Amino acid sequence: MAFDMMDIVPALPEIFLSGLALVLVLVAAFGGEGARNARRVTRLALAGIAVALLLLVQAGPFTDGAFGGMFAADSFSIYMKTLVLVGTFAALSLSLRPLGPDDINKPEFSLLIVLALVGMMLMISADDLLSLYMGIELQSLPLYVVAAMRTNSLRSSEAGLKYFLLGALSSGMLLYGASLVYGFCGTTAFSGIAETLAAGDLPAVFIVGMVFMLSGLAFKVSAAPFHMWTPDVYEGSPTPVTALFAIAPKVAAMALTMRLTYGAFGQIVDQWSQVLVALSIASMAVGALGAIMQTDIKRMMAYSSIAHMGYALAGLAAGTQAGATGVMIYMAGYVFMGAGTFSIILLMRRDGQAATKINDLKGLSQTHPMLAVGLLVMMFSMAGIPPLAGFFGKWYVFLAAVQAGLVPLAVVGVVMSVVGAFYYLRIIRLMYFEEADAPLDGGAPTANKFVLGISMAVILLFFAGLSSLLGRAETASIALMAAQ
Amino acid sequence: MIDDWPILTIVTFLPLLGALFLLMVRGEDEVVAQNARHVTLWVTGFTFLVSLALLIGFDAELVGYQFEERAEWLSGTGIAYYMGVDGISMPFVLLSTFLTPLAVLASWRAIKVRVREYMIAFLVLETMMVGMFSSLDMLMFYLFFEGVLIPMFIIIGVWGGARRVYAAFKFFLYTLLGSVLMLVCMLAMYVEVGTTSIPALSAHSFAVGMQTWLFLGFLASFAVKVPMWPVHTWLPDAHVEAPTAGSMILAGVLLKMGGYGFIRFSLPMFPEASEMFAPLIFTLSIIAVIYTSLVALAQSDMKKLIAYSSVAHMGFVTIGIFTLTEQGIAGAMFQMISHGLVSAALFFCVGVIYDRLHTREISAYGGVAAVMPRYAVFFMFMMLASVGLPGTSGFVGEMLVLVGAWKASSWLAFFTATGLVLGATYMLWLYRRVMFGAVVHDNVSSMERINAREFIIFLPITVLVLWFGVYPASLLDLMATSIQTVLDIVASSSVSLVAQN
Repeated sequence: MAFDMMDIVPALPEIFLSGLALVLVLVAAFGGEGARNARRVTRLALAGIAVALLLLVQAGPFTDGAFGGMFAADSFSIYMKTLVLVGTFAALSLSLRPLGPDDINKPEFSLLIVLALVGMMLMISADDLLSLYMGIELQSLPLYVVAAMRTNSLRSSEAGLKYFLLGALSSGMLLYGASLVYGFCGTTAFSGIAETLAAGDLPAVFIVGMVFMLSGLAFKVSAAPFHMWTPDVYEGSPTPVTALFAIAPKVAAMALTMRLTYGAFGQIVDQWSQVLVALSIASMAVGALGAIMQTDIKRMMAYSSIAHMGYALAGLAAGTQAGATGVMIYMAGYVFMGAGTFSIILLMRRDGQAATKINDLKGLSQTHPMLAVGLLVMMFSMAGIPPLAGFFGKWYVFLAAVQAGLVPLAVVGVVMSVVGAFYYLRIIRLMYFEEADAPLDGGAPTANKFVLGISMAVILLFFAGLSSLLGRAETASIALMAAQ
Repeated sequence: MIDDWPILTIVTFLPLLGALFLLMVRGEDEVVAQNARHVTLWVTGFTFLVSLALLIGFDAELVGYQFEERAEWLSGTGIAYYMGVDGISMPFVLLSTFLTPLAVLASWRAIKVRVREYMIAFLVLETMMVGMFSSLDMLMFYLFFEGVLIPMFIIIGVWGGARRVYAAFKFFLYTLLGSVLMLVCMLAMYVEVGTTSIPALSAHSFAVGMQTWLFLGFLASFAVKVPMWPVHTWLPDAHVEAPTAGSMILAGVLLKMGGYGFIRFSLPMFPEASEMFAPLIFTLSIIAVIYTSLVALAQSDMKKLIAYSSVAHMGFVTIGIFTLTEQGIAGAMFQMISHGLVSAALFFCVGVIYDRLHTREISAYGGVAAVMPRYAVFFMFMMLASVGLPGTSGFVGEMLVLVGAWKASSWLAFFTATGLVLGATYMLWLYRRVMFGAVVHDNVSSMERINAREFIIFLPITVLVLWFGVYPASLLDLMATSIQTVLDIVASSSVSLVAQN
């Protein structure tokens, strides 16, 4: 496989970000310890992400891919990478101005995030079992570190360790599955796998491999029953890290799952569809029921994200182009709901200390009216109440499910969304129907206001931009299906 | 020309503009509160005036929809921004725009905290209600239908009574559970037909097996909204805890969403299933009429009593609709409009004395008629209209429903009529206990007479109830053509069913 200079162009955003990460290593190392340098690194990283986004959108889709077909840069990649970049940008800007001494003031934080971001983008572009694994590992390793970044906190260390152990386990499962798939197909390229599957009948060992791979990916998207790490990691990690976890890696892992199922396994939809239906139902149920009993808002958000992945998987389980479109619409809403919600969670402090109990939100509508309105919008959107973004996501994933004849799945899904509505409403109840005991600290950094404002605008006006978003998602899903 | 104006869009979104405006207002709490009240009253009042253009420009003879507006929304997917009204939805649009300013006026003094937020919630609520009745696209209908939950949840939860949290949650989750099942059915219909345009869906004939499921899904949603027995239990709670104006809108407009849904969706889109399930609906409705009337008799809380009476009255509506006769449906429509006016007024009646004594217990009153004579007249009039006294709008609706029920089955008519008698019993008894007798409680004797604001709220409702009572044709003529259209669809489907056999 000869190296071709032209291969660089499709991968330009990734290459740029990798270079940026190297520069940031120097800045982090020689810029001095402490908050000021941390902020400098973060600013540089933010600027770099913005540039990468420009590069990505400017270049447009490449139909042929690069690096001998290991790297896809089609319109599906662009769509998903845009979401990941926007999500990471939001999460990183929320960490720009740490509010308390317990927050992470380390220059290497943003640098690691940039590396993880490259990993996520690689995951989205992976068109080969090798690049798939490379992307996943590049994404995971920096995130293990940032989860444990608050070194003086036992919780944070526990979160990092847990994330690492279970993440390593899932990587192992993925790798084992991939080796079985490779053993049957004799190739690591997704296109080659698809050709082999189209040609012959399937031995049981291939199905085992496929299920292993899907299980490994289910870990990454935190779909039940592989969700156990999520609540602990969400709760233990520093909140800016949780914000990132809740947004970007989920999108990347979902994109990877889509690429694998639609691309490599596109010929055997019936085989993996059942697996995804089971994952979807389990996630929706675990997410909805598990969140009810939570007292910590970060844990609640963990269950909420499990439920959201369940809904997204319902669209994926359809195995049709409409399903892919639905998932993409869903993920677009999901990114902004997550960003908006965490921009508020990060502000939940009392006397300078983080206050992340759900009860801390009591009476927020009186002490912080604008934040309360923001969280109100986010919660109703997550509950899937129209005309907010969350509803349209559900509409399109369940539309795909119904279209594919998975009506029972859709019925279970909507019923679970009612159960889920209960705990979102609980937040609204605390903010609006109850009096504050002890008000949270006032004042919000511009970055949080900015992220919240943008997220609210996107979620409230989602219906207006839906037409063009739908067009993009459809183009992207056509590109995804073309790989079959 | 006024004909070219997108009147429905203006009527729908004008309140939302008002809400946005209120969101911007800054200043002293007291000043903001007062300004919010005035702005909301002006906006809702103006919206009502604009909506009158619908009445003036409406051609009752015309088959199909009028004031149609179409715009691209999701191009190429069969989902569009599509508004329009016919004789069935137009009265409801007017009912909504008519009641909202009165509800705002009713909360003028009663709401003292967070007035601005309250008014914003009401304005958003009005947009949702009007939008729902004037949507001709199923997805848009659903957006508005569900969107209503957001402001109503807040209104009950923030400004409600002691058990407001429980009531708000029950209201929200109950109705949401019904609605999401309808959503799945809407998805299935969209997959089958490829468009969400309501006229196109009405013209499509679904396979009978599919119709059964779709009917049940829609029933789940509309039955909760109406509400029908046994899924009515959210209503008494919501009504008791909601502020007066919230109850007025809830009883006046939101309950009508179910009945409207049956006529707009269930009958024309699932005609075979509607005929098939009519006995089920009759059974549930008769239970509702008789059982909730008996329950109403046992209530000690005025608002709860009127809430149960609403369930009973809506039972007449569902009976009328599923008789699938011209009289039955016209009666149901008439009953809905009449109940919208009368129950809103009755809840306001309770609100008036609640504002003075801060209790809704019937036993806390007695002899109010002697203290508040003018109020007594209004209350009596509304009570009699609710009972269905000839000369009031209540009579016309109940009479027509009875005629329709008689056509369907004499037993049905018998049980329906029983409900009428029971209805008279509990309302008259309520009136006697509250208004007549000697003044036993000292604080009753010190109650103030109704003021000009309260008088202004009662007067237009009274005039309308009387007007529709003595000249029902003014409303019936508006609806006749559209009802006939629905019936034609149902009839043609039964013909085709016979032909198939």
